[in-house]
Amino acid sequence: MTAAPTQTQSETMDTGKARQARITGAVLIALSILVLFVFGMDSSGDATFRLSRPTDPWALPNLVVPAGPFNYVAGALLAFLGVRQFLQGGGRWTALSLGVGLAILVMAFLVWATAGKAFSLTGMLQATMVRAVPIALGGLAGVLCERVAVVNIAIEGMLLAGAFTGALIGSLLGGWGGLVAAVIVGGAFGFILAALVVTYRMDQIIAGVVINLFVLGLTSYVSSQVFSEYRFLNNAPVFRAYKIPLLGDLPVIGPMLFKQNLFVYGALILVALSTYYLFFTRSGLRARAVGEHPHAADTLGINVYRTRYLHVTLGGMVAGFGGAWFTLGSVGRFDENMTGGRGFIGLAAMIFGRWHPVGALAAALVFGFADSLQQKLALLRTPIPSDFLAMSPYIATIIVVAGFIGKAQPPAANGKPYVKE
Amino acid sequence: MDVELRGITKRFGPVVANDAINLHIRAGEVLGLLGENGAGKSTMMNILSGLYTPDEGEILIDGKSVTFEDPGDGIAAGIGMVHQHFMLVPVFTVAENVVLGVEPTGRFDYLDLKTARKQVREINDRYGLEVDPDALIESLPVGIQQRVEILKVLFRSADVIILDEPTAVLTPQEVEDFFEIVRSLRDAGKAIVFITHKLHEILEISDRISVLRHGRITGEGDPAKLTTETLAEMMVGRPVSFTVDKAAPKAGAPMLTVSDLCLLDEHDDFALDHVSLQVRSGEVVGIAGVQGNGQTELVEALTGLTRPATGTILFDGQDVTRSSVRERHRMGMAHVPEDRLRSGMIASFSVAENMVLNSYYDPTYGRGLEIDWPKAQTTAARYCIDFDVRTPSVFLPAGHLSGGNQQKMVVARELERETKLVIASQPTRGLDVGSIEYIHERLIEARDEGDGVLIVSSELDEIMGLSDRILVMFEGRIVAEFDATNGPVDRNAVGLAMAGASE
Repeated sequence: MTAAPTQTQSETMDTGKARQARITGAVLIALSILVLFVFGMDSSGDATFRLSRPTDPWALPNLVVPAGPFNYVAGALLAFLGVRQFLQGGGRWTALSLGVGLAILVMAFLVWATAGKAFSLTGMLQATMVRAVPIALGGLAGVLCERVAVVNIAIEGMLLAGAFTGALIGSLLGGWGGLVAAVIVGGAFGFILAALVVTYRMDQIIAGVVINLFVLGLTSYVSSQVFSEYRFLNNAPVFRAYKIPLLGDLPVIGPMLFKQNLFVYGALILVALSTYYLFFTRSGLRARAVGEHPHAADTLGINVYRTRYLHVTLGGMVAGFGGAWFTLGSVGRFDENMTGGRGFIGLAAMIFGRWHPVGALAAALVFGFADSLQQKLALLRTPIPSDFLAMSPYIATIIVVAGFIGKAQPPAANGKPYVKE
Repeated sequence: MDVELRGITKRFGPVVANDAINLHIRAGEVLGLLGENGAGKSTMMNILSGLYTPDEGEILIDGKSVTFEDPGDGIAAGIGMVHQHFMLVPVFTVAENVVLGVEPTGRFDYLDLKTARKQVREINDRYGLEVDPDALIESLPVGIQQRVEILKVLFRSADVIILDEPTAVLTPQEVEDFFEIVRSLRDAGKAIVFITHKLHEILEISDRISVLRHGRITGEGDPAKLTTETLAEMMVGRPVSFTVDKAAPKAGAPMLTVSDLCLLDEHDDFALDHVSLQVRSGEVVGIAGVQGNGQTELVEALTGLTRPATGTILFDGQDVTRSSVRERHRMGMAHVPEDRLRSGMIASFSVAENMVLNSYYDPTYGRGLEIDWPKAQTTAARYCIDFDVRTPSVFLPAGHLSGGNQQKMVVARELERETKLVIASQPTRGLDVGSIEYIHERLIEARDEGDGVLIVSSELDEIMGLSDRILVMFEGRIVAEFDATNGPVDRNAVGLAMAGASE
């Protein structure tokens, strides 16, 4: 064989990894151009980030960054990472470079937006945590269901049901009563979903959509017809933030993690508990076996149906708790469709987090960060409409879900009903 | 432990899967259970393991009557089953799979994997299984996965071990290793039930043989006194010839020439690694190999279902590397896919609709936007007669036919055209002996009419019986070639090549 065809071969035999590395490189270089020529050129003065309030026991000084130089350095770093991808990209460097690159981009953006002004970083991190809670709990509910191979599109409806019940029962019986009721109602919807898809083998997506529409219709009706008339039914107490002694005084992480309300602590504890449960206990192993290979689990005497009922109901209870955040954890009253798609974002967080509770929490924090950033940007008056920033996490989700950065593997039997022979 | 089945009957609707079966399983003995697909072997074993409950009859363990209501009961009674399709969770480790359902635990339901690993190692050592407890199942070859299944059964301290078609996925050499394990289990006092439809295997490993046909025990005996011929007659109900009658091939011009074909899988490894081969008109080329060594990918590339990364495919003198499936089809390429239910037919469509799946667009049937159904039905009826597809009507959904008739329907559709090349993948998988004979005859007939025939099969007997030339695939490469025109090929040599030993 001559040399020429061999060369065409090596060209046509393009591997997926090499292609990924090249695309990542191109993206990073495009970002570096953006940072250098838009953020860098446009930045003047210093960006001041406040880390503590002056009243805090251990106050940190403000972080002052010269905006222009910072962004030139950031742009150069991005360019270096991008070029590196072309020269010796591939493998785990691709995902890592992209992650680091995006983090640099966010920092550069913040510095640019804050240039010449001051901005409370700690306040934003605290808000990030708060906004991540319903998403993380929705994602956790999704993890519990999908680990036993039931796709739960109804998380949105379960959140909404939890929010509604929390407001109604909370108004009548007080905060704790409302919370317990929200969890029970969420669990009830989980049980209904399980009955529809496990026992009656209804299509899981359709069953979920049906529950979502039912909850949306019912709660909207009651809130517009009943709550508007009898306002005392929609006036629940709110769980206030509780500062954990000492830890709450730590700078930056204190306000973020230890000066929050019940829902933040609850979400963190639930994530830790379910991680232990799923990956370190006997029941967790069995649950995952049901999600991966239900027939194998069945031959080993594991009751597939009961496992699915249990976990989907548990997932519903977690979602009900997350739903109560909207009312009992923040405003104390219910508004029509007040969850606004957080349940679906929770599902995205579950996929982003690769069906792992900690991953779902991390992804929820990313979404929560974008959410709170969007709020704060309105204050800083940047030329970019904040709506565009609010879109960015979803673009990231699409990229992740489409399998660009390695393929996220769902449980093998996900979405498939199990028919016992 | 002794297990006795007395008058076991199991019905599925009108079908009697097991009809008054009596069977005795003794400790320290290998009982061979022979029968074709659909004879009721698996039903019987599922009853024995507690997955099904019998409609009539009783199960006696050491003389005492027992009833099993769910799979846990069978396990608890000491009966363990190794299923034909492995019941392993691919993303779990060996240890996790072995202990699943009977896990050692600490406080707070803590899964004690350390103890699990230790226990797995102990069983490993006692029976010489040599499996790494920390390996992920999906990273293990099937031969080792099977040992994990046996580990699972032993871990539950089963005394009766049922092996359902255990050799279907193994190379001849792996079968030898596997038989060693079976013998060591028997010598350790376990009762083994070995279910298969392979005659020479059952003669080699069994201490006693029972034959099952149409849900009934039709013969029993001592393997020393039985031959493959007598066993086959018991199994099928009539004398069977195992050699395919065929004349010497009259190989002509090259019909299919494949050079340097490469295909990458999702991990960027070679699914096909520089495959080159040729099929001439008037010859049968058989591709042997253990499942999953690139055969599926090769057939998909040849028929146009996937596009290769490199290489060329010449069909009847034309370069078809980038041609669509339909173009290849129209040029006279016939494809019998490996999984008829997945890609050979549409189960909910009628026989007639399935018969015109590859030609409905042809002007013969197409009238503008309409299809000439009466014509299609007439054609389908004729095909059914020609290819012995036994169906009460061409309007019956194809899913209601037996596996043999479904496959004959697919073969009829593919061969009842002007063909030049027939690519048949696992053409007789899961079929009864009668259907196998019939399909083999038809493939030889296609060869004698001047077609090139490429057969891919994991059944070595099928490859040996049909092929004029045998190619062996291993890890995406053609690793050996054997000429079968001058006398039979050395079975052992082919087996070694299948295991990748020839390099």
